[in-house]
Amino acid sequence: MRLNRTLQAPHSSLVSGARLVAAVAVLLAATACGSSDSGSSSATGLNPPDLKAQSKLGKTEGQVNLVAWAGYVEDGSNDPKVDWVGDFEKQTGCQVNSKVAASSDEMVKLMKTGQYDAVSASGDASLRLIASGDAAPVNTSLVPNYKDVFSGLKNGAWNSVDGKMYGIPHGRGANLLMYNTQKVTPAPTSWSAVFDDASKYKGHVTAYDSPIYIADAALYLKATKPELKIKDPYALDQKQFDAAVALLKKQSANVGEYWSDYLKEISAFKSGDSVVGTTWQVIANLAQDEGAKVKALVPKEGSTGWSDTWMISAKAKHPNCAYKWMDWIISPKVNAQVAEYFGEAPANSKACAETSDKSFCDTFHAADETYWKNIAFWNTPIEQCLDGRTDVKCVPYAKWVQAWTEIKG
Amino acid sequence: MTSTAQAAGRSPVRRLAGTLHRRPRLRLSLLLTAPLLWLAVLYLGSLAVLFVSAFWTTNSFTSEVVKVWSTDNFHALFTTPVFRQVILRSIGVALAVTALSAVIAFPVAFYTARIAKPKWRPLLVVAILTPLWASYLVKVYAWRLILSQGGFADWMLKPFGLSGPGFGLFATIIALTYLWLPYMILPIHTALEQLPANLLDASADLGARAGRTFRSVVVPMVLPSVAAGSVFTFSLSLGDYITVQIVGGKTQLIGNLVYSNIELNLPMAAALGTVPVVVIVLYLLAMRRTGALSSL
Repeated sequence: MRLNRTLQAPHSSLVSGARLVAAVAVLLAATACGSSDSGSSSATGLNPPDLKAQSKLGKTEGQVNLVAWAGYVEDGSNDPKVDWVGDFEKQTGCQVNSKVAASSDEMVKLMKTGQYDAVSASGDASLRLIASGDAAPVNTSLVPNYKDVFSGLKNGAWNSVDGKMYGIPHGRGANLLMYNTQKVTPAPTSWSAVFDDASKYKGHVTAYDSPIYIADAALYLKATKPELKIKDPYALDQKQFDAAVALLKKQSANVGEYWSDYLKEISAFKSGDSVVGTTWQVIANLAQDEGAKVKALVPKEGSTGWSDTWMISAKAKHPNCAYKWMDWIISPKVNAQVAEYFGEAPANSKACAETSDKSFCDTFHAADETYWKNIAFWNTPIEQCLDGRTDVKCVPYAKWVQAWTEIKG
Repeated sequence: MTSTAQAAGRSPVRRLAGTLHRRPRLRLSLLLTAPLLWLAVLYLGSLAVLFVSAFWTTNSFTSEVVKVWSTDNFHALFTTPVFRQVILRSIGVALAVTALSAVIAFPVAFYTARIAKPKWRPLLVVAILTPLWASYLVKVYAWRLILSQGGFADWMLKPFGLSGPGFGLFATIIALTYLWLPYMILPIHTALEQLPANLLDASADLGARAGRTFRSVVVPMVLPSVAAGSVFTFSLSLGDYITVQIVGGKTQLIGNLVYSNIELNLPMAAALGTVPVVVIVLYLLAMRRTGALSSL
């Protein structure tokens, strides 16, 4: 996720926009259903409105409107050499209109307007779009390149419901533990370096500045406090949630700063203001390139991560062009290009043969399914527990946001 | 020919001018309509919308605003410890920046207005204003470099066995003071420049030493200008949320809370947003008593 996203944050407009009463109504109906029939049909506890996927492709509509992360839809206007939209337009005749969103919440809002055909949603947005009926299921047989997508990205908890795909996987990345090799000895192998042992580096610990980071604490507790019985770091009941928040409040005393801007994290690790904390592979690479003495790893408890999915709007006005786009963006060559430009593992297994840096896929563990087994991809916490429990209510994301404010103090 | 044309062209204009001349109220209302519309509709109107939306709630799953009247947000504002703490911290930062700016600005302004040679004075004022032309972000990132581990601050303080303050609340106060200092210097400079020299002479003639003259003549005359400058430094500091993200470490101010709530909980963000508005209105009322607003 997310390089330019935070850079743009100060400019992001205070979108108020027209809110669709209809969408709310659909959603209220959906959530009401979900809570009344206690998880009988779905293992995830999520019962989205019954929408049908398109059965066949028709004539292209001449244009397509996309919502995307910065760096996902490049038409050469930022850098003339970075352009995978031009050829798409030539081949399909679909003019691409893209809107860069600065956060998952902005993406959800934009999709609710019904003006956009497809979105590159992360796991903390995708379930919301599915549950509210804003995203339609995808007929994967209409996307020829889908067969080459890594199996670990198919039918994930964040992009499918009951085996029905709600999008086409774009790429993925893990939240790693990065440390300064000179100041942090012995080399850490566990997240305890930023939780229970964080006081050793008081004032120089860093963490990702987002409510979703609470899942990192839950993941650590899952391994270290079995009595809490955490199964899924995104499905926390009140007791488990409180334990994670308490752990983060303790950690906060040792945190120097939270990061959301990748440039800020690189500079903090270069200067030594931060010596241990979470990072992404691409940030670790850039920091090493700039001479910072850092290493990044997946600790023994595993890690959280993110995976972006191209989803199609249930109200899409240009669905055929949107399908063409979803196939195009994961075609081997383009998927390789966008993954290298953005710094993430590509979704298409054939993309690895197309990267300009031949070791790229190894660096980002693109094909290493055992590596991804330990990664809990971002998901949207909702009241119905995503791990299938029906005897308790889980803490919804809005409460995570409040708790995050309190953790930072 | 010309006289008829003039008569034809003149008469409606003349009549209008005559009407306006006879009816000062009409004249005034025509003059004020546009600016008042701007003030009432765009400025006060948006504030009113902000205030009203603070009484709404959100759907906890979709974050859609639900237009149901409730005072929950204001209740949360006063009862949640973290909100209270952040509000007090923000006001504290704004006051500290204001005080620090005043302490630094006074001697600088005294030099530029009274001690420096008159031909240098305009140049010095330009020099004080120059930083305002540089990008806000560049200046704050420069402070990030200065205050970082092993940075300029550490290097300067090392001979004394000290280290820099690092990122945090103190760094935020320093960076904000740097940013808003010119807004404090300028009004004080103007006031000191206009201070009649014969008052200082009279004070000296009556036997007052420098200290006494300063306390009894200079300070009372310049105080309204300090208050005027403080209106800028106080309100700019209270609203800032970017500097604190860059040099504040993990510190949160009101602006950060508004920002983190704006997407998911707009009504709460609106409730938080009314806090600085209220604080600044109270501050302006307090400053009005010093006569600061007339010397802006």
